[in-house]
Amino acid sequence: MAHVQSLKGHVVSRRAFLHAGAAVGGGLIIGWPLQGATQPAGGAVQAQPFAPGAFIRIDRMGKVTVISPMIEMGQGTYTSLPMLVAEELDVAMSNVAVDHAPANAKLYGNPLIGVQMTGGSTSIRAFYLPLRQAGAAARQMLIAAAAKTLNVDASSLTTEPGYVVHVASQRRIGYGDLVDEAAKLTVPAAVKLKDPSTFRIIGTPAKRLDVSGKVNGTAIYGIDVKLPGMKIATVSASPVFGGTVASFNEAAALKVPGVHQVAKLDNAVAVIADHYWAAKQGLEAAAVKFDDGPHATASMADIVAALATASERPGAVARNEGDAAAAIAKAATKVAAIYEAPFLAHATMEPINCTAQVTSDGCDIWVGSQVPDIAQLVVSKHLGLNPEQVRIHNHLLGGGFGRRLEVDFIAQAALIAKQSKDPIKVVWSREEDIQHDMYRPYYYDRISAGLDDQGVPIAWSHRIAGSSILSRYFPSAVKDGVDSDAVEGAAEIPYAIPNMHVDYVRVEPPGIPTAFWRGVGPTHNVYVVEGFIDELAAAARKDPVDYRRALLAKNPRALHVLERAAQRAGWATPLGPRQGRGIALSQSFGTYLAEVAEVTVSKSGEVHVDRVVAVVDCGVAVNPDTIVAQIESGVIFGITAALYGEITVKDGRVEQTNFDTYQMLRIDAAPTIEVEIVGSTEAPGGLGEPGTSALAPAVLNAVHAATGVRLRKLPIKPEMLTAG
Amino acid sequence: MHDLNVNGRALSVDAPDDMPLLWVIRDILGMTGTKFGCGIAQCGACTVHMDGEPTRSCVTAISDAAGTSITTIEAIGETPAGKAIQAAWLDVEVVQCGYCQSGQIMSASALLAGNPKPTDADIDAAMSGNICRCGTYLRIREAIKRAATLAGAR
Repeated sequence: MAHVQSLKGHVVSRRAFLHAGAAVGGGLIIGWPLQGATQPAGGAVQAQPFAPGAFIRIDRMGKVTVISPMIEMGQGTYTSLPMLVAEELDVAMSNVAVDHAPANAKLYGNPLIGVQMTGGSTSIRAFYLPLRQAGAAARQMLIAAAAKTLNVDASSLTTEPGYVVHVASQRRIGYGDLVDEAAKLTVPAAVKLKDPSTFRIIGTPAKRLDVSGKVNGTAIYGIDVKLPGMKIATVSASPVFGGTVASFNEAAALKVPGVHQVAKLDNAVAVIADHYWAAKQGLEAAAVKFDDGPHATASMADIVAALATASERPGAVARNEGDAAAAIAKAATKVAAIYEAPFLAHATMEPINCTAQVTSDGCDIWVGSQVPDIAQLVVSKHLGLNPEQVRIHNHLLGGGFGRRLEVDFIAQAALIAKQSKDPIKVVWSREEDIQHDMYRPYYYDRISAGLDDQGVPIAWSHRIAGSSILSRYFPSAVKDGVDSDAVEGAAEIPYAIPNMHVDYVRVEPPGIPTAFWRGVGPTHNVYVVEGFIDELAAAARKDPVDYRRALLAKNPRALHVLERAAQRAGWATPLGPRQGRGIALSQSFGTYLAEVAEVTVSKSGEVHVDRVVAVVDCGVAVNPDTIVAQIESGVIFGITAALYGEITVKDGRVEQTNFDTYQMLRIDAAPTIEVEIVGSTEAPGGLGEPGTSALAPAVLNAVHAATGVRLRKLPIKPEMLTAG
Repeated sequence: MHDLNVNGRALSVDAPDDMPLLWVIRDILGMTGTKFGCGIAQCGACTVHMDGEPTRSCVTAISDAAGTSITTIEAIGETPAGKAIQAAWLDVEVVQCGYCQSGQIMSASALLAGNPKPTDADIDAAMSGNICRCGTYLRIREAIKRAATLAGAR
């Protein structure tokens, strides 16, 4: 998760079965005590002759397969991670394939997080060195094998893509012809990496390796799994979280042609059938009734009131420098505001699904997961098995965005399959998916600042109230009451302000499960910080870019993206009536990003985002086209949230059901997006999330420029902006 | 029994009259390229062609599909427009997670087959029923134009 940055140097552990230590380079590593490599990598490819380490397989034709430790969910990791291997191994990308890794944190754990987690925009940050080292080690072994074959000194050999070359005699041997000899060698402990100035692949726009099957229907996502004897189930869980099954009409369900069985769980009923349609009809016939449990009266008014009240008292201190309260009290100008951010669902295009089969010797799970090793552990616990008896077969994800960091639906499928001898594919309806998500928390922020007589901020106080996802997910990462995810992007801001106080009040909404969502902590905090800094500029009667610039003198990378974005957008160029331009700056996931949004607000208050300009400094740019694509993606995701995104609760139930009530931005409302990548040799940063984090404040600031109305609550609703 | 023609293949399928074509294709015929997204014709992931018309298979009963010629993503590359669209999709690198792209490509292929030079407005009208959560819309727009150029050049 993104919070890894804030965990630097701390030793944390997640539950009793993990142990932790600080990694070389200041990252975080959590290891598995004494758990061996129980599952060799990659199914068929494991049998290939040359397998130096966990990540690389080379066959006798010289075809290289990279076993990717991180899963592909659209972000391009199945191309950018193989690029790291190919660069050092010296092979053409056209000769590289990629395969899913099995659940095995010892071999495939994310070194920034410890578990085998694809999330927090960490893939490149975590594997930039390990995968290059793996590629370099394999190359060194192939050279050693060639030296033996040619009876020359290894130092007289070099490589060209796919070949070891002896320049003096103009002889060359393909990697495929060397694999049997290379396989006899030991993987070298230390290798020399290429000088970045000699990179041939990193920094070039490589074609994606995962997409040919995605344009002709052959790509297999979790929902596409087919197994002999497989049945399809669909589920109805208690519409109030915490509720339980009271009654259902099993006989009526079984009367539906194609229905085989009704499976009961504590909080849900599943109907198992030949196909989804029969399962769905059967579930309707079952007419499941629930006892609502303790959260039957939960409502938004109560949830927000609890947040507002709780945030009146001091929280756990995430940052304290100088004396913010005293400095604000005597400041020439005081500015204070309350910002609110709603619950959000993930709404991956692939509805939640999981296929499971429970047999006498264990359980097989076919799923697309961001956390295969956590899935393995949780299923083993639910079924009373050893972890190695749970075999996770991971698949392409039809979107993750944090939803598939959770394993609730995987455990559920295992418990349903346990009641049958057949493999059961559990597919949730879209309604079930929206109403039984685990939601981005509702946040309530009190923020204030004091300005001197020149309008310069001399003090800043920010109190965040909301659910603590880490307290459930990584409890040991919560230190002294501070959830480092909840305050990420708030405790450290890009701007130099001498007196700063940031604190966090944990408030759990009754019965509403919360989870990471694209952009994690920063998506909420950058929205508040960048909205509020714009308010300060307005209070100081300064231009928003000039105002930020003056606070970034000691932050050159942030300053550069800010200035480039303003320049490229034509910041000073006038726009039409009820049009406006807004800027926001994000410094998170190891990446600096500035976004300028241009909006048009209709007289009836509808906001249209016309154009977004993004300038990103992500350090070394591994696959530039993927970087552009991820920013484009983050922008669209962010607009959806800013204009439409809102999950509300009434009588303990989520009110939204499907894409008609939980809307997505569509192509006819999409803006033009221009992305510029800053050339850099700094360590690579993350890219899956920053594009989303900076978007909402850029749009809100643009709305202010267009209308004079300052919005501090998302999503934007037309009634907030009708022309007076 | 319902007589279907799917990708040029004549089939006889035993299914309830009201069973949506989507589930016939996925769970009975075992062709998984056509995707389930919403079940209420809001997202377009399930788009197939019936007699060349883009159709949301999640709300089309099998009884209404009988007698038509059905084309799915698995065979769209055999049509000139579908082939050009698929090539342009790869050329422009449209795809991210890819889950919605079967439906996007089916909608785009139908557009291009009926309109060799679509404008931005034509693209908006034809494609706004297809949601992409990864936000690949700009590249979809570019790829449709690229495909139109490619197809026109032949």
